[in-house]
Amino acid sequence: MRALTRDLSRRSIVLLAALLAVLLALPLVANDYQITVLVLILYLAYVGQAWNIMMGFAGLLSLGHALYVGLAAYLSGLLFKDYGISPWLGLLAAIPLSASAGAMISFLAFRFRVTGVYFAILTIAFAEFARIGFDHLAIVNGSGGLFLPVAQNPRSDLWLLRGPPTMFYYVILAATVVAALLSRALLGSRIGYFWLAIREDEQAARATGIDTFRYKTAAVVISAGVTAFAGVFYAFYYNNLFPEQVFNISRSIELIIGPIIGGLGTLFGPVVGAFLLTGLSELLTGTLAALGFDLPGARQVLYGSCLLLVILVLPGGVWPFLARRLRLDGGRR
Amino acid sequence: MPLDVYLNVAISGLLTGLVYGLMALGLSCIFGVVRIVNFAHGEMMTAAMYIAVVLFQAFGLDPLIAMVPIAAVLFVFGYALQRGVINSFVTRPESTQFLLMIAIAIIIVNALLITFGPDARGVQTSYAYDSYALGPLIVDATKLYAAVAAILVAAALFGFFRFTLTGTAIRACADNHTGALVVGLDVRHLYALTFGLGAACVGAAGSMLVLLVDVTPALGPAYTLLAFIIVITGGLGSMGGALVGGVLIGLTEAIAGLVFTPSAKSMFSFAILVLVLLFRPVGILGRTAR
Repeated sequence: MRALTRDLSRRSIVLLAALLAVLLALPLVANDYQITVLVLILYLAYVGQAWNIMMGFAGLLSLGHALYVGLAAYLSGLLFKDYGISPWLGLLAAIPLSASAGAMISFLAFRFRVTGVYFAILTIAFAEFARIGFDHLAIVNGSGGLFLPVAQNPRSDLWLLRGPPTMFYYVILAATVVAALLSRALLGSRIGYFWLAIREDEQAARATGIDTFRYKTAAVVISAGVTAFAGVFYAFYYNNLFPEQVFNISRSIELIIGPIIGGLGTLFGPVVGAFLLTGLSELLTGTLAALGFDLPGARQVLYGSCLLLVILVLPGGVWPFLARRLRLDGGRR
Repeated sequence: MPLDVYLNVAISGLLTGLVYGLMALGLSCIFGVVRIVNFAHGEMMTAAMYIAVVLFQAFGLDPLIAMVPIAAVLFVFGYALQRGVINSFVTRPESTQFLLMIAIAIIIVNALLITFGPDARGVQTSYAYDSYALGPLIVDATKLYAAVAAILVAAALFGFFRFTLTGTAIRACADNHTGALVVGLDVRHLYALTFGLGAACVGAAGSMLVLLVDVTPALGPAYTLLAFIIVITGGLGSMGGALVGGVLIGLTEAIAGLVFTPSAKSMFSFAILVLVLLFRPVGILGRTAR
């Protein structure tokens, strides 16, 4: 416990505990629809956290995280559908699969010094390659989609991840907390400092003797491995997988908007970003519906304008600004 | 399958590839000089395609003529966008620039959706079904005209960068930003000019492409990706490279669509991209030392 609260101010600890208590109690007052919105928020916060390990910590821009989500989703979904294997066991297979996809991409990219924008495009290329490939892959029923059997009686079964939205809410909440703790542990460890050094100046990092190839690869592998759980969750929460949806580039993009808006490289950025963006989206839907204004696309135009506004006004993200305002940063990030 | 089928498909792919190349040329200009990755490139082209459709339907204006005013409109749009919004992001991290362009892309796509609805629109020219016979080969007239127009626009742009004072100044900015500032060049204006020219390129390409494919608001991302593939394959910052890359990708997609299934054709473009990134990251015609 002491290791967890190390160098956190008393004020931050109280606020964090209060936040967690609110999140734990929310299902008692929220209706089913609100629960599904909360699940979506926490899902985005979780993947955002995983993506942040690469971009926020090590400075590697990935625009293809849908690849890791999709591979894990398909593997665990297939194992459950054909053999009735629990998603938790499926996760044990999915993590190595996503992580080795990440390892392969980073090996190829960093061997040949593919960096910056080129690296980002390479990650898109692999995700798109998988999308079209899975569209033509018979074992996962191609573009016809993979459907997980849905139980007739919706009793909570945590082992097989079959149950009502509330169960999924607690699962993803726990995962989000674990991901935040993991990120915090990584950031305070030796490898975390290496990542920050690489992010700030790769040449200088190499000059001080850091094996940049190795630690950049580690960032991708860990990020991909953490993302794998999101894929398993996706498969069992939505119960259907289409390559066109799972691997779509817009999936990759929507999961990274949160961390950037929230604040890159910060622990709470992904969480704050996910809440803000999904909240904004819901607010716009509600407002437009109340005004009787249901032009397709209107909501998205406003959403895009809000995004534009936030990055123009708060280029460093919302969380660093908020933390300063709440006096939580104590002079550090 | 007889050989002339392959040849016909290859020629069709080559001609389409030249139009792709012009589209990618715009992206290459912008990235080569301003160092901003224009993730709204395909969306800007979609907007140009809609303008072409509207001009055709309202005034019967042939898209190959409408190309001139459309390029002008896109130029003004690009200039204003760079001057007003993007310029303050030039020194920001890539991820922030990326998000900025994504926000702009979201706004363009959905503004188009509001204005034109989700249905596909196209133009029906009088020469839509004409073709020229060259021995055993049949060349589609529309594709031929579009490709010739693409070459002309690319040549004009090449001439501008090569032989005019402003073009030389822009190349100076691309080579050495600080140096350009030191000798007193108005870099902000030149950046905006470059973004405008890139937008004009994609505008012209959109007017040609509307002859070949129907337009829907959701077309953008696929063409943004296509432009990336072409630019990286050909070599970023190399103007000839964009055209060569365009032709290569056009050919690959056409042949792959014939040999395998059309729905798998972009897989081969991505495969080419991966190979190029791995074995020649500067692209086919890119300069080795940067």
